Amino acid sequence: MLSDRRPILLTDARIIDPSRDLDFIGDLLIAEGLIREAKRGIGAAGVPEGTEIIDCRDKVVAPGLIDLRAFVGEPGAEYRETLASASQAAAAGGVTTIVCQPDTNPVIDEPAMVDFVLRRARDTAIVHVHPMAALTKGLKGEEMTEIGLLKAAGAVAFTDGARSVTNAQVIRRALTYARDFDALIVHHTEDPNLVGEGVMNEGEFAARLGLSGAPKAAEIVMLERDVRLAALAGGRYHAASITCAESLDVLRRAKDNNPNITASVSINHLTLNEIDVGSYRTFCKLAPPLRAEVDRVAMVEAVASGLVDAVMSDHDPQDVENKRLPFAEATPGAIGIETMLVAGLRLVHNGEIALANLLKAMSTRPAELLGLPGGSLRPGSIADVIVIDLDVPWVLDRAQLKSKCKNTPFDEARLQGRVVRTIVSGRTAYEYV
Amino acid sequence: MNIVQKPTFVLNQRHLLGIEGLSRDEIVGLLDRAEEFVEPNRQIDKKQTTLRGRTQINLFFEVSTRTQSSFEIAGKRLGADVMNMSVGSSSMRKGETLIDTAITLNAMHPDILVVRHYASGAVDLLARKVDCSVINAGDGSHEHPTQALLDALTIRRNKGGIEGLTVTICGDILHSRVARSNIILLNTLGARVRVVAPSTLLPPGIERFGVDVFRDMREGLHNADIIMMLRLQRERMSGSFVPSSQEYFHYFGLDERKLGFAKPDALVMHPGPMNRGVEINSSVADGAQSLIREQVEMGVAVRMAALEALSRNLRNA
Repeated sequence: MLSDRRPILLTDARIIDPSRDLDFIGDLLIAEGLIREAKRGIGAAGVPEGTEIIDCRDKVVAPGLIDLRAFVGEPGAEYRETLASASQAAAAGGVTTIVCQPDTNPVIDEPAMVDFVLRRARDTAIVHVHPMAALTKGLKGEEMTEIGLLKAAGAVAFTDGARSVTNAQVIRRALTYARDFDALIVHHTEDPNLVGEGVMNEGEFAARLGLSGAPKAAEIVMLERDVRLAALAGGRYHAASITCAESLDVLRRAKDNNPNITASVSINHLTLNEIDVGSYRTFCKLAPPLRAEVDRVAMVEAVASGLVDAVMSDHDPQDVENKRLPFAEATPGAIGIETMLVAGLRLVHNGEIALANLLKAMSTRPAELLGLPGGSLRPGSIADVIVIDLDVPWVLDRAQLKSKCKNTPFDEARLQGRVVRTIVSGRTAYEYV
Repeated sequence: MNIVQKPTFVLNQRHLLGIEGLSRDEIVGLLDRAEEFVEPNRQIDKKQTTLRGRTQINLFFEVSTRTQSSFEIAGKRLGADVMNMSVGSSSMRKGETLIDTAITLNAMHPDILVVRHYASGAVDLLARKVDCSVINAGDGSHEHPTQALLDALTIRRNKGGIEGLTVTICGDILHSRVARSNIILLNTLGARVRVVAPSTLLPPGIERFGVDVFRDMREGLHNADIIMMLRLQRERMSGSFVPSSQEYFHYFGLDERKLGFAKPDALVMHPGPMNRGVEINSSVADGAQSLIREQVEMGVAVRMAALEALSRNLRNA
């Protein structure tokens, strides 16, 4: 395999490095798994013998994406997704680091499970994989996990995945305890009691479809609770998936007083709204649900301004048995790791967000939040790099997606731009031909 | 010819409810007197007569083995009639309130009540309703004065004094009456006190107790003369305050490696009962630097000194 790791020179590219706010035309040299140089005119003369030279004229070169939230079914639901299949999808989507979630079976709530995932990933995945560990034992929301030992084993953050911890005392103690280990707590802010039977955003559209609604307050109330507990405990807190314009008011106020608070939004909530549910499309059934257009617009602005730190895929493979059901009975979730960037490019082409800001929220900020290498093209950084053709038009065919499940809300979407090469640790992991 | 007599030490209060409120002289006086009981306690004939005719009732609303037996032996060696009442057999189980129990016992004219209660402040409440002297044998998470005194006596005998020593108290500070009493006493006698614990086991505002606060054993034990380990209750180590006993031992349990952070002649203490393998491992607990058995011995001497000092203040004494 070492022979694959020839040096690579990407020439005449538009190099975007969000970690240094750089956007220029130049060359990027990769050798021994690291970025060596990124500047104008390195040229073929100045590179080691045997260097693979790739013409990137009219293409963008950027740091590989780091997806903060992807469900991978390994262990326990390998029929939905494995670390191998998720990593194939990730590489095709320009994601060079997957942060997988602990809501597997068994749950990743002890150090041996972290070790298992890291070993399986090392042996089967073609991109980097870092697990988050469970915040509470068995995801029951009652007793905190071994945060110190799990972090030492390699868990990058602590979360109960798509479950919210309703007991405020548990969250307070976990934040207090996690502070001693400088561990990040990631929390899904959706009060299950307020969501109740709700299956889509509460409001006129849900009423017309005859579906019970999940109120925005389910998110806002829990986020407000959490940021106050985080201020009390002093630990690092990250809201896993916020969706409402009013949540941004809570977040803005919290961030003004507390630098330890951060938040993510899913690509789905940036590019889709409740109208996309249309005639009961279960691939658009998500948790939290797709919101109103005003919420979507506010979330995009918040990513552009940096108020919301990161954009993640919320990748959640569900097979047809879970989706080919009446809307209320279908399992929520959509795949997204492979389409995260191209969906985001829609916003760029529509003039809703600058490309550099989008890339920052998908690479630099996630790396900073989790203390991971990557997210930067600074010389000496790990050579996780993607090459993007911003303009190529294409139509998404879900059968072509690499994920084991095909529950994408973007099936048959007309898209513009795609990842043409994904380099992981200096090796090409994906190439579009 | 003048006979120079050592001035008799006087405790200026009817009860011993806490270290808080004791003067430096009172603490030193109690320790000096306790010191004098150590040797007689090692003799075959240990009986004295200071408390002859007095009635001492040990009233324990919380299970205790060593404190209760220590007070019982202390009273008996001083010649008192000692009676034990524990919650299992008391009328508290039948619904009697704390105050009614106090009034009932008071009617029997005891001279000294030794009381342990699971609620902070309960011993103080009871003391206001009785005519005799009350010794607090531990109230909730508030105070355990005789434990702090016996710890101080043990340190003094091994280090020659307390002033200037660095004492690190490790573990469940939040729920510990032993920690609170020790922090006050050691500060009064001029030690530098540190606490080490995970944040979940530190009470808010602890930094204002006159202690240096650490959350890491390496820093907290650095250059320490004395290491006091505290017991972690089982129900607190399975996810509510700390995730597990394994993780707790890994980061906060005292083993040889962590003991190595302290001074080479550092001494190890524990109020008991120990959870071996949770807050302390066996080789340290039983090792050459351990004072744990001596603490138990000093407990009897300190309690004799306290009983004697209070008995002098009794109405007809």
